[in-house]
Amino acid sequence: MYVSLNWLKQYVDIDNITPEELAERITRSGIEVESIERVAPESTNVVVGYVESCEQHPNADKLNLCQINVGTETYQIICGAPNITQGQKIAAALPGARLPGGVKIKKAKLRGVESHGMVCSLQELGIDEKFVPKEFAEGIFVFPEDTEIGTPVAELLNLDDVILELGLTPNRADAMSMLGVAYEVAAILNKEVKQPEETYQTSDNKATDLVSVKVEDAELNPYYGAFVIEDVTIAPSPLWMRNYLMAAGIRPINNVVDITNYVLLVYGQPLHAFDYDKVATKEIVVRSAKEGEKIQTLDDQERTLKGDEIVITNGNEPIALAGVMGGANSEVSDDTKNVLLEAAFFDARAIRRSSKHHNLRSEASARYEKGIDPNRVQRAGAYAARLLAAYAGGKVAQGVVAFDELNREEKQVKIDTASVNNRLGTTISDEEIASILTKLQFGFEQDNSQFTVSVPTRRGDISLFEDMLEEIARIYGYDNIPYTLPEGEAFAGKLTTKQHLKRQLKQYLQGAGLMETITYSLTSKVRTEMLVSPDVLEQEVFPVKLKMPMSEEHSHLRLSIIPELVDTLSYNVARNQENLGYFEFGRVFLSKEEQITEQPTETARLAGALTGTWMEQPWQQEKKSVDFYVAKGIVEGIFAQLDLEPVFQQAQVDGYHPGRTATVSLHGKVVGVVGQLHPTVQKAFDLKETYVFDLDIAYLMDQYEEVPSFRTIPRHPSVTRDIALVVDEAAHAGDIQRTIQEAGGALVQQVQIFDVYQGEHMEAGKKSIAYTVLYQDPTRTLTDEEVEASYNNIIENVKAKHDAELRS
Amino acid sequence: MREKLEALQAEAIEKVQQADNLQSLQDVRVAYLGKKGPITEVLRGMGKLSPEERPVIGELANKVREAIATALDNKKNLLEEAALNEQLQKEAIDVTLPGRPVKAGGPHLLTSIIEEVEDLFLGMGFEIKEGPEVETDYFNFEALNLPQDHPARDMQDSFYVTDHLLLRTQTSPVQARTMREYDGNKAIKMICPGIVYRRDTDDATHSHQFTQIEGLLVDKNVRMSDLKGVLLEFSRKLFGADREIRLRPSFFPFTEPSVEVDVTCKVCDGKGCNVCKHTGWIEILGAGMVHSNVLRMSGYDPEEYSGFAFGMGVERIAMLKYGVDDIRHFYTNDVRFLSQYHKA
Repeated sequence: MYVSLNWLKQYVDIDNITPEELAERITRSGIEVESIERVAPESTNVVVGYVESCEQHPNADKLNLCQINVGTETYQIICGAPNITQGQKIAAALPGARLPGGVKIKKAKLRGVESHGMVCSLQELGIDEKFVPKEFAEGIFVFPEDTEIGTPVAELLNLDDVILELGLTPNRADAMSMLGVAYEVAAILNKEVKQPEETYQTSDNKATDLVSVKVEDAELNPYYGAFVIEDVTIAPSPLWMRNYLMAAGIRPINNVVDITNYVLLVYGQPLHAFDYDKVATKEIVVRSAKEGEKIQTLDDQERTLKGDEIVITNGNEPIALAGVMGGANSEVSDDTKNVLLEAAFFDARAIRRSSKHHNLRSEASARYEKGIDPNRVQRAGAYAARLLAAYAGGKVAQGVVAFDELNREEKQVKIDTASVNNRLGTTISDEEIASILTKLQFGFEQDNSQFTVSVPTRRGDISLFEDMLEEIARIYGYDNIPYTLPEGEAFAGKLTTKQHLKRQLKQYLQGAGLMETITYSLTSKVRTEMLVSPDVLEQEVFPVKLKMPMSEEHSHLRLSIIPELVDTLSYNVARNQENLGYFEFGRVFLSKEEQITEQPTETARLAGALTGTWMEQPWQQEKKSVDFYVAKGIVEGIFAQLDLEPVFQQAQVDGYHPGRTATVSLHGKVVGVVGQLHPTVQKAFDLKETYVFDLDIAYLMDQYEEVPSFRTIPRHPSVTRDIALVVDEAAHAGDIQRTIQEAGGALVQQVQIFDVYQGEHMEAGKKSIAYTVLYQDPTRTLTDEEVEASYNNIIENVKAKHDAELRS
Repeated sequence: MREKLEALQAEAIEKVQQADNLQSLQDVRVAYLGKKGPITEVLRGMGKLSPEERPVIGELANKVREAIATALDNKKNLLEEAALNEQLQKEAIDVTLPGRPVKAGGPHLLTSIIEEVEDLFLGMGFEIKEGPEVETDYFNFEALNLPQDHPARDMQDSFYVTDHLLLRTQTSPVQARTMREYDGNKAIKMICPGIVYRRDTDDATHSHQFTQIEGLLVDKNVRMSDLKGVLLEFSRKLFGADREIRLRPSFFPFTEPSVEVDVTCKVCDGKGCNVCKHTGWIEILGAGMVHSNVLRMSGYDPEEYSGFAFGMGVERIAMLKYGVDDIRHFYTNDVRFLSQYHKA
């Protein structure tokens, strides 16, 4: 909402406050002033001039040589505007004038002829092209004939005005009118609101003889008032009205249309002017639209109605989309003689639906859908009738033909001083509350500290105690509320075990050299089909798809973090950042349904991606690239943080390297994957060797035992035995390790691999793996015999199960 | 005898001084103190002495032996120290060569801010809650006092999944969920950090995905002054002890009164600069007293309980605190951006 301060002055006294100060007060009391704009602060020395003569420039086809009389003197000015003619009154910028944008006017020679100034268009005077009346859009502005020569243009065109742009929250629909803003400003500055004069002269004709009104559904349209104004003359509206409309961001059209818009801005009440003679039936019937019915609206669009819009009809066909836009078939045009003026109250929800359906927003619909003041409908109609008589030469027929079931009652809200103070933490007195209510111009009855407030109908947002509380608080001033701390019982704030674990795991990964990322949850359909962990795949889930995505790129919720992490690697590698380790602790969204009806499962995953060099010390000739074991080591570290033991098994997973990928399991359940990306995937993302891991961290955290039971610290010595085995090169060290662990019995505390060898001195197709087995009993010293027995059992088992031989 | 012993001592000590390595020193030790050495010889010849002379010479012989041994030990220590020093000299390295790099990861800047805010509120006795990102329109809108046709739904164009499910547009549904969980009869002090989504085209100041932290306190007799007190405390801990805050009236359907909260600009200390658009203040969060409809819908009796709620955009806080100029930085995860921020 743009508020012209020159206009606002007509309704409330703001003479003793600067625009900046006023803006600050308004903002601090409830409505944000988003900008303060001076229309054209720099326009000086621009006056009204009379075009005494206008001839073609001797040396230029498209230029005119004009003699402009500004009262004191006559200036020769060259003007290129196509619409300049002798006898006009125009805006002449004289030598020394300054125009918006820092333009300085000087004497100049154009094609050999002197020009002493410039004839201005409205745009050149600082008015936004959007709001310039169409007839002047391509040329200079022409003043009405009765304008006095020599008058400074700034005054006439309201160029000295200051416009406040209000950012209205949806509850403050009352401020979508000049009167509404006036009430707000009056409350803040403790002033009166001056009401417009709404009386008018009538002709001898009676409106009821000229038109009839019928409303089918009083819920949708509780009030419809029709005024008839005869014998109007369509012409431009007075300059001051055009100025205010332009200041408010509305393009002037003609006197009749401008008056309806002007009144809409004053009262917040939309009006519509029909060409009375085009409503051939002389009958207004308001009803719901019929499905498939068509109407051509004023913007020249043919619209097919859905059936739940309200339409104004002539009894046969729609002539307006109620509350949104008029119809072309009843439009006021240059030869309109008689006007049927509608002042109506439509149901907010119906207008909102209608406007949304047709994607059609208008000044009218914006107000109707937020709720208008039932007590201003007739007043606005009357004021428009007055203006139509004054500025369009119309004769207003007696009476208003109306359908009226409108509830105009004021809501009663009870408040009491103690409750106000209890809720705000203040010590406001009864007198202060009474004074605030008076400033707001709310009616009330007071019984000591009990108030019964009659809320004016312009404030449709107020119906509850706390609504009134807010009114009192904002006028009292939030700065005047003290600072206190809550008095309730004290709580201990503490992270839950899982929140704590989450932080711990993140810290571990950061310590391990990985950088945390946060990537988008919304991804493309293609990405939901790639690099999904086997434990997710086996659940037979579907990705969640948006109904109306903004782009294919962000159309589905992710099933895996890996594609996003890989994309992040790719982004960075493309920027010459080649050695990268990333992790993300984030959610994936798994639905059991292909066509989703219920909320999906949102589960936390911990994923990582690594590429490039992992460790490098050039002068020591050390360089280690990321490999499978770096990624696996990190995964093992994650499990160690949770005090859990993972099992890794070679696996074939889509999108992963077939020989360098393992599923990760816990207690026999697959919980994730670690491995190298398949070279084709790497290539698609322009990456070199890249390793990733992806774990169902939600499940793993569930398995974490918060307080592990105490384990005795061994006091008795341990014994180690080394076992070097020769096995088939395809044998898995982990499988053999498990055999050793199991065959060794309860005394085996740890089995570690200390050497893997393949090559010289080794039979082809074979490799050697060497293990250290650590024996210990926390309660006693072991005997050689029992260690020997365990060792022999291990050898027997590895020979049998893995076809292993002891390396000599 | 006496002269001989004294001469021996002088001679041995002389030899000790001359020894320049451990081996020659050992040779001196063997030569003078060994089983075949002159001292042993003297002691062996003691039998020939008179009983009066025997103890005197014996004592002298022992003294000479001790003096030589002491000289030997001292010299040995010196030589060992010299040898060690020589060894250490040889072991010297170039300390100006670069050290072995230890790879350091780090938290995402948004995580740092979230954890900082969490810690501040944990300290004030708040707990941390979470909720689903794919939310029902009931919890996202209706339970927050935004009925189906409410004009405020205009303000948040959303990503719908079905007619009744959408990506939450705010973390506020967690308020409603928490109130429900607490059965309408317990006090609540919670904050809820989380990801939210809005139908915005990504640019320097808009992101279709962003992060909010929501806070809720419900108890008997909660006052608006408590909201001011808690937010002042919070703002000072997050932005600096000398910060001031101010409240401006605003509108949120789930709070009434509703306010926007500004903190004094840290760039200009409230004097006015480009960052705060010459107002001296920077908006950091929205807040208000929980609307009675919201309390009632979630099972709390507004006659008995009241509360306040507040919500802030984490990206905005991060941008203000660290001067980040483009919200997309948080989601492109450029390593050169991420590595700028480590936990203080």
